[in-house]
Amino acid sequence: MNKIENVSRRFVLKGAAATGGLVLATSVGMRRAMAETVDLSYKTGASAMPHGVVTNPKVFVSIAPDGMVTIIAHRSEMGTGVRTSLPMIVADEMGADWTRCHVQQAVGNEEKYGNQDTDGSRSTRHFLIPMRQIGAAAAAMLASAAAKRWGVDVKDVKVENHEVIHVADGKKLGFGELAAAAAAEPVPPVESLKLKDPSEFRYIRKGKVQIVDLHDITTGHATYGIDAKLPGMKFAVIARPPVVGGKVKSFDASEAMKVPGVEKVVEVKGWPWPSVFQPVGGVAVVARNTGSAIKGREALKIVWDDGPNASYDSAAYRTEMQDAARKGGKVVRNLGDADAALKSADKVITGEYYLPHIAHASMEPPAALANVKDGKIEAWACVQSAGGTRDTLAKTFNMKVDDVTVHPTLLGGGFGRKSKCDFVIEAALLSQAVGAPVKVVWTREDDIQHDFYHTVSFERIEAGVKDGKVVAWKHRSVAPTIGSTFVKGANQQIPIELGMSFVDVPFNIPNIRCENPAIDAHTRIGWFRSVSNIPHGFAQQTFVAELAHALGKDQKEMLLELLGTEGPIDPRKQIDGQLWNYGEPYESYPIDPRRLRGVVEHVAEKAGWGRTVPKGHGLGIAAIRSFVSYIATVVEVAVDDKGNITIPRVDTAIDCGSFVNPERIESQIEGAAVMGISVAKYGSLTFKNGRAEQGNFDTFQVARIDDAPGQTNVWIMDSGWTLPPSGVGEPGVPPFMPALCNAIFAATGKRLRTMPIGDQLKA
Amino acid sequence: MLKLRVNGTEVSYDGDPSVPLLWVLRDELGLTGTKFGCGAALCGACTVHLDGQATRSCTLQVSDAAGHAITTIEGLHPSGDHPVQKAWREANVPQCGYCQAGQIMSAAALLAQNPHPKDEEIHEAMSGNICRCGCYKRIEQAVRVAATGV
Repeated sequence: MNKIENVSRRFVLKGAAATGGLVLATSVGMRRAMAETVDLSYKTGASAMPHGVVTNPKVFVSIAPDGMVTIIAHRSEMGTGVRTSLPMIVADEMGADWTRCHVQQAVGNEEKYGNQDTDGSRSTRHFLIPMRQIGAAAAAMLASAAAKRWGVDVKDVKVENHEVIHVADGKKLGFGELAAAAAAEPVPPVESLKLKDPSEFRYIRKGKVQIVDLHDITTGHATYGIDAKLPGMKFAVIARPPVVGGKVKSFDASEAMKVPGVEKVVEVKGWPWPSVFQPVGGVAVVARNTGSAIKGREALKIVWDDGPNASYDSAAYRTEMQDAARKGGKVVRNLGDADAALKSADKVITGEYYLPHIAHASMEPPAALANVKDGKIEAWACVQSAGGTRDTLAKTFNMKVDDVTVHPTLLGGGFGRKSKCDFVIEAALLSQAVGAPVKVVWTREDDIQHDFYHTVSFERIEAGVKDGKVVAWKHRSVAPTIGSTFVKGANQQIPIELGMSFVDVPFNIPNIRCENPAIDAHTRIGWFRSVSNIPHGFAQQTFVAELAHALGKDQKEMLLELLGTEGPIDPRKQIDGQLWNYGEPYESYPIDPRRLRGVVEHVAEKAGWGRTVPKGHGLGIAAIRSFVSYIATVVEVAVDDKGNITIPRVDTAIDCGSFVNPERIESQIEGAAVMGISVAKYGSLTFKNGRAEQGNFDTFQVARIDDAPGQTNVWIMDSGWTLPPSGVGEPGVPPFMPALCNAIFAATGKRLRTMPIGDQLKA
Repeated sequence: MLKLRVNGTEVSYDGDPSVPLLWVLRDELGLTGTKFGCGAALCGACTVHLDGQATRSCTLQVSDAAGHAITTIEGLHPSGDHPVQKAWREANVPQCGYCQAGQIMSAAALLAQNPHPKDEEIHEAMSGNICRCGCYKRIEQAVRVAATGV
């Protein structure tokens, strides 16, 4: 298991990967001359990611003679707005007029652009400073070119609104006029750059820039992976082994070949379990259109070998997990002596919680177009990791990376599923087999039945109370690990899972013990938006409310009492192995309960915590640090006499440090509440005989417009530029479900410990 | 050979007449603005207008679409400035954007028949369209904006 200790989500151990000689790479942590109000001295984990950071303006910015500025977006757009936000940072810092900027998506090439793994809520966190440096360097080169042309000192010119201006006499040169000369300027060293004072920002934090794809999205012209086109392309769907680890025993394609439009039936290579990001194999039907391919697939006769997971039964597995949680297991954090403190406590309170598997179900299912020709691969795909996809394709097909081109399209949702490039490899295998470009589309059933599922989890927490104070906290978490998708037999949570609202519990309690009993995985486990923070956080924050009730305290006051008033807590020495701090250095991103207090107090005030609510309504609160951001949510729920739930209002306060695009932060948090509703009300993927029992949106339901909150208020904590930026895309999800269930308890007196809610209130 | 009228233009299709209209639009005619989401009329991503009615193209046999006026998102307005499209942009509705063509087509059909829908009517008309990003609040707001004029 040592091999998977220090992993990025891509599970690549490249460490401080070398960057090419042509590019100027830097750690983002360098201190330099800067405006006093901006603290840029923080270090992030960016340079430890595969291929780190590149800040060469010549890689990211080009200017046409007509003045049009093209800025590279090197991260994938799946709805967070990153394709707009990062280029906007460059534009602002370089003094460009946004209406004269064009965003161009980078192909997969991490040597050139730096890390492209768009996951972990990392893009702004890792690239705010690099993007500013790129913009500042571009501005410096424009200024230098203008100063030379005028024969003046560069100190006498300024860059503003797409022009360089000679301050003394007001003469101007446009970016277009300077394009060629600026491009010939040497790239200034990062240390020499002077970044703008935030008061000079025109776009950053203003919330007025709309996403660059807005017009295309609303007119049907935006291109997702499923929309990619090539002349002569074929369309394919694949029948995959219904059980993870299974394979094709035999098949008969004769009926499928009779379906009009079907051109070929091809067996697809599958990799043995655990197959990492590789295809699981199956039988593909290639046709003139996807509709014909689907009909052809229905006519296939396949005999499967179900393999080692054929008896996976999620109901029986729940009992197995529960037994493991009651028995105990590997100690992963130990502070003081929780067992002794529990023994001598006046009162012991116990809570057990179960959360099922969930499928990602992005609206665009996995889809990719590939063309394998003349020893080269070109692919278009909705991938979160364009660079990683390219590397995996090259390795799989035994080609040089230079012979592989991956064009990341827009992603119709990602949520972690599209970090895996199995579907792109499928398309390439099929293109190679049929000698034409092939687009593979996953149907909804494919997506739900062959997902890299969010883990199922059983959580047990015990707390000891003495003299009215919580003196012991003992949390056991049992869940099949993401590690099992990579390493055969992995049966304990890995650091990235342990570090998500489990061993990093932010409470000031003198005795803390976290245990992780082992459990084998029987399906593919992946990461789903906010990952283990969902089960761990649900248990932790529901249990706080249970404590409050048991001790006759207010939920919010209980939460504040546990958080305490002290500064950062440092559990690193109490942990078995390394604390995974979302890949960030602890010094820049400590666990600071005071920031959680901040969002709790802020959201409580804004939501009117303690206000009188109508009959059948209730208020619930939860606060979770995830992706190094601090979030608190208050949910107001209404439960009618039939047990139906509606949510009149949600308030969320987020402290994500320095931020760039408040409008997109709001949209992420609004959306996270809806995703939280899906998870809480409906989200459940069950298995019988190794097979997923759900297949489409009728059996795997997600929130619809009627489920959405009546009102969602987002409160962004404004700490100026004094704190480093932290995650936004994922942190909104975890606090929602416990806040909702705590609200349901307030409304009905019913404590929900098993998710989803389903019909539990209808009894 | 099937003849179809799509966005005011007559086109022909010589393949299997029993495949869903969706795949003919997308794979045969290259009109990829209409999206696949479920293949079972459960999510609304594939919504087009058939003689002005919001219709799920993923379960409609292409042969059944012949003889009707088919409108896709690409043909909703020549410059993309249908009031619903404008309202969607004004309200910054999309996140990933994938479901939005279907949402817009549902909303446009609703407003064509009921220019001033009540909130319950908006919910009813839009409840067949799933947005996994969870943009519902803004969708509702945009429909109201479109109804009152942009």
